[in-house]
Amino acid sequence: MAYSKELLEHYEKPRNVGSMDKNSTDVGTGLVGAPACGDVMKLQIKVSPEGIIEDAKFKTFGCGSAIASSSLVTEWVKGKSLDEAATIKNTEIAEHLALPPVKIHCSVLAEDAIKAAIEDYKTKAPGSAVTEKEDGLDQSATG
Amino acid sequence: MTKSKQIYLDYQATTPMDPRVLDAMMPYFTEKFGNPHSRNHPYGWEAEDAVETARGHIAHLIGADPKEIIFTSGATESNNLAIKGVGRFYKDRKNHIVTCVTEHKCVLESCRHLGQEGFDVTYLPVTENGLIDLDQLRDAITDKTALVSIMGVNNEIGVIQPLAEIGRICREKGAFFHSDCAQAVGKIPLDVNEMNIDLMSISGHKFYGPKGIGAMYVRRKPRVRLTPLFSGGGQERGMRSGTLPTPLCVGLGEACAIASKEMTAETERLHALSTRMLKGITDQLPEVYVNGDLDKRIPGNLNISFAYVEGESLMMGIKNLSVSSGSACTSASLEPSYVLRALGVTEDLAHTSLRLGLGRFTTEKEVDAAVAEIVSNVQKLRELSPLWEMAQEGIDIKSIEWAAH
Repeated sequence: MAYSKELLEHYEKPRNVGSMDKNSTDVGTGLVGAPACGDVMKLQIKVSPEGIIEDAKFKTFGCGSAIASSSLVTEWVKGKSLDEAATIKNTEIAEHLALPPVKIHCSVLAEDAIKAAIEDYKTKAPGSAVTEKEDGLDQSATG
Repeated sequence: MTKSKQIYLDYQATTPMDPRVLDAMMPYFTEKFGNPHSRNHPYGWEAEDAVETARGHIAHLIGADPKEIIFTSGATESNNLAIKGVGRFYKDRKNHIVTCVTEHKCVLESCRHLGQEGFDVTYLPVTENGLIDLDQLRDAITDKTALVSIMGVNNEIGVIQPLAEIGRICREKGAFFHSDCAQAVGKIPLDVNEMNIDLMSISGHKFYGPKGIGAMYVRRKPRVRLTPLFSGGGQERGMRSGTLPTPLCVGLGEACAIASKEMTAETERLHALSTRMLKGITDQLPEVYVNGDLDKRIPGNLNISFAYVEGESLMMGIKNLSVSSGSACTSASLEPSYVLRALGVTEDLAHTSLRLGLGRFTTEKEVDAAVAEIVSNVQKLRELSPLWEMAQEGIDIKSIEWAAH
């Protein structure tokens, strides 16, 4: 299978690999996918009191496309507000990395990971700069 | 991708042709081009002689009589011919086939096809080492069983089925025994009489012969009869019509002659290499699992799960190694290997497996380079893996409720 230069670059040198304290109230964690399906993404965001994503980290178990998709979104979400980050679409990820059709689900998973991380942050930090939400998803896997 | 630095570790997919095989074949493309079925002139006679010599080499390697060997286009054709041919010939008296869930697709599909023609098919499970249970086999065979088809060596995990025991049971119960030996011929000693094998499928390109040629052993005493797959001039004892491709037949024969001479020494050498490879990997990496029985296995195959690292991403990393993945994520299907699933390997581990195939031209230097490349990439990908992180923190991954997607 031929992969794009962008995809290979993210696979070879993944950005923002790592973990943040998932118990910290300014950190939102999204864990999506399932080992049995061959993909699990963990995406974490650190949010400023103003609601801006200051930092992002990821770890991914999955194919090269899944690793590249998650690496790419950590770059994209940094500096964005939560609302802006929530608008990132899987189609933009797939297009940027030129994902082959059988790998589109990797970009879907990356979009789900952002949404799950934002949701987790909102659940943990009610009353912060962003909209309140009472019954957010817990941090177990969705997607 | 340049191939210059590539290390070929996919010998179960195919093998390079041995240069000695090519040398033997060359004259039969040009000056000795006759049709081996031409009975009236020397061109035909010299081609026929060459084909019959080759047939003799094949027969010798498996303890058969040359008259019991017919040439085919490869193991896929041989498997189709054995299963459909025997099934259809004996259909009026017997309508049951026994095979196994880890067989090659062409065996499973041939059996499924017979199922559509009204046959009952029993698919035996395998135990976690990849081998069938002989008691289950004995129980499955009835007086309606026309054929038992069990492979010699599995193409994904390299395990060797107990052919002699299977043959004995089939003989006792009066069912013919067919064995797909595409991965076994030239790798392990085979004797159709000691093992009571009635039909055997052979592939040229799996043991340093040419692609596009195979053979089938069909027992004469007691005689096994079959309905041919296609119509024609009645060559190959009426079982397989079509002009024989002399150079390919010669190549297959030469590959068998070389295997007869060198198999023992080659097995020893490959055993040392695969032991070195496995030790190199397990000395440096925890949580590495070999799929399939390690002892009842050809020495040229290691199928290994690297827990917490997805197979395709690992294949992307080990750029200089040409290997196969047990995770089918490289193909259009996203399902992991049905063979690994049949062993009871959990789906998450099935996604983490590589098939490493060693062969005649693999060197110790290549093994060491492969080990280094695999180890560094597994370490890198584990650093990237949320599952590895959870495992290090003592979180049981199975305790998490993963949503399927």
